[in-house]
Amino acid sequence: MKDFKQLALGTAVALGVGLTGLMTPAAQAQDSNYVPLLTYRTGPYAGSGIHIANGMHDYLKMLNERDGGIGGVRLELEECETGYNAQKGVECYEATKGKGALVYNPYSTGITLQLIPKAGVDKIPVLSMGYGLSAAADGNVFPWVFNVPDTYWDGASVVIKYIGEQEGGLENLKGKKIGYLFLDAGYGREPIPLLEQLAEKYGFELLQYPVPGAEMQNQSSQWLNVRRDRPDYMVMWGWGAMNPTAVKEAVKIRFPMDKFIGVWWSAGDDDAAAGGEGAKGYKAMNFSGVGSDFPALADIQKHVIDPGLSSTDADTIGGTLYNRGVLNSVIIAEGIRTAQELTGKKVITGEDMRMGLEALNLDEARLEELGLKGFAHPMKVTCEDHAGSHPVFIQQWDGKKWQQASNWIEPMTDIVRPLLEAAAKDYAEKNAPWPARTEPCPN
Amino acid sequence: MFYREAGQFKTSYKADQALFPILQDRIGIAAILLIAFVVIPAFANDFFLTSIMIPFLIFALAAIGLNVLTGYCGQLSLGTGAFMGVGAYAAYKLTSIFPDANVIVMVLVSGVFSAAIGAVFGLPSLRIKGLYLAVTTLAAQFFLEWCFIRIPWLYNYNSSGAIEVPRREMFGFIVTGAEALPITRYFVVLCITAGIAYLMANVLRGRIGRSWMMIRDMDIAAELMGVRPLQTKLMAFAVSSYICGVAGAMMVFFWLNAAEPSSYSIRLSFQILFMVILGGLGSLGGAFMGAAFIWILPVLLKFVPGALGIDIAAETVEHATFMIVGALIIFFLIVEPHGFARLWQIAKQKLRVWPFPY
Repeated sequence: MKDFKQLALGTAVALGVGLTGLMTPAAQAQDSNYVPLLTYRTGPYAGSGIHIANGMHDYLKMLNERDGGIGGVRLELEECETGYNAQKGVECYEATKGKGALVYNPYSTGITLQLIPKAGVDKIPVLSMGYGLSAAADGNVFPWVFNVPDTYWDGASVVIKYIGEQEGGLENLKGKKIGYLFLDAGYGREPIPLLEQLAEKYGFELLQYPVPGAEMQNQSSQWLNVRRDRPDYMVMWGWGAMNPTAVKEAVKIRFPMDKFIGVWWSAGDDDAAAGGEGAKGYKAMNFSGVGSDFPALADIQKHVIDPGLSSTDADTIGGTLYNRGVLNSVIIAEGIRTAQELTGKKVITGEDMRMGLEALNLDEARLEELGLKGFAHPMKVTCEDHAGSHPVFIQQWDGKKWQQASNWIEPMTDIVRPLLEAAAKDYAEKNAPWPARTEPCPN
Repeated sequence: MFYREAGQFKTSYKADQALFPILQDRIGIAAILLIAFVVIPAFANDFFLTSIMIPFLIFALAAIGLNVLTGYCGQLSLGTGAFMGVGAYAAYKLTSIFPDANVIVMVLVSGVFSAAIGAVFGLPSLRIKGLYLAVTTLAAQFFLEWCFIRIPWLYNYNSSGAIEVPRREMFGFIVTGAEALPITRYFVVLCITAGIAYLMANVLRGRIGRSWMMIRDMDIAAELMGVRPLQTKLMAFAVSSYICGVAGAMMVFFWLNAAEPSSYSIRLSFQILFMVILGGLGSLGGAFMGAAFIWILPVLLKFVPGALGIDIAAETVEHATFMIVGALIIFFLIVEPHGFARLWQIAKQKLRVWPFPY
């Protein structure tokens, strides 16, 4: 026991000494563009996070291997594990921002909210692709935050529009009951103001079923209520382990699966597959390509997966969430390329990156050039509109894989946009003095 | 040899009752304060300040708060996270109701709300003890967390459900919000933590602290000697919750800048409890050591391989960190169940007799 104690003392001393080692700042190389990837491959949300992380990593890695980076400059990639935890996310941000980070993709609404005020101060844009603060779409108030291609409010309006189509017109929604099952966090609560407004406008009843984050694998009470209330449609805003659980529960109570529609984050292959044969018919919104039948994905297979430069399981390529990660990296890469064109520099800064993202124009021709024809709807960012309210499609699970089940559906921009602007104004007022936009518009 | 008090004579009661009666202790504490106030601000980078020092000091303060209750008064509590949350939400509401008031005053006042709520949830402690009390404080944790989610007034009806800290200035320095420099925030946190720690060090060795320890050691004997259990226990709950509330308010105002209810979940309560147990129940220094172990060690393990140029996948580091920290917790608890404070005492004893141990 005596030796044991000495060992313990020694360990304690060694830890103290080790602490001093971290105080020296890391040197930075300036012949590459540094892109930190805030990812989570651990924790309760890893089931969704791993595929996103793989997609993001593999596409950028492929650009490095195939083209030697972007514009002849290699990308330096670094993953930092956040575990979907806001504290760890901020830790990752602080640890990486000094290395010349170009853009942050928090993949968590909680982390996004913390980074939004910092973005303008540290001059590093935040790209929250289809998540985060909906109000951030107002580029005049949030010049440093981008949520292209859509905000949650766009998504919520698409769901209602689609349900209206199924019922033969939005006027037929009157008297219908639509259930809203959501993760009880910033993420799931985000669309409620819009859904409530739409409920009032079209006369349907909105039933809310919050799922606490700690209880997301036990939703029996929520689904018991669903069985009692008998809503005509169910809409879900879930993430991580909440999705497969909800699909399983829906199958268990024999809810008609073609009337159960998830947001684009509830569109994972594993999520739907968890319901087994009964999950057939489950629907979800999506804005990134289905399947692996794209030249760019073949390049990933050839340059990254085959040489063993990635931890991706070969059969997960082409999954919804993997493709979502790829689309995220496409936007990063195109932002860097646009910034290089605008500034004439090869190695760019966060400020250049912001301009590049603001001038982003991913049109049909460019998508084809990238080997991603039909992978996403053409998207364009303007200085006023950082989301762009791009069309979304509905996909359906056929028991084995996702199939596109609708054409591209435009969000109800006329309702969403005024709400977004009001919310942005509200945010700026609550966080007064919020800095006014001084950044010039590159378009 | 290094730590020998021989020859240090005390010639007055004042010298005998000083907080640090031994010269070596005074030199040690002066050195620590010098490092904290001069060396770290002069040499540390932003990452070290924002991700290591600021959270470490905040957690150390919260651990002191819980130590008052659990370590000194013997009342086991699992509601620390929620009491910290009360402080955070109170400070947030106060700053939005009084936008011109000094934010540090608001942070210190917010602890009062936390103290009041802590005292209410401390009422059952008169009748129930030990693990059963832990269960009632667990109820406080869940109830208060539910309030943070379900009462929109608390977060000013933000659609995100999170509280966001606005920019506040003091004497020309921006102290909160995204533009506040890490160094400014560090000094604010350091001053509050050091101030409260100093205050508590004196309270704990005075009449109040002794009455808490009497309750802890044997409540019937304490009662027979004239210590009123209800008042004493409730005061311990109030003081403990006040400190935790201030720590919680500092957590969102000077560290995170925005917080969701999940930031104050049961996880936080356990984290603080582990800090107290590992650091040593009933020791202020132990609170700092426990906070350092639980907070700083994982951060070090996470970023040191990258800083040394070793290329390991991020998730592997995360898993390894979990395992190493877990193993070390078990290791230290087997070696010394009384925590780091006891280890430090043993080390002092060894220094005293070195090089001739007997």
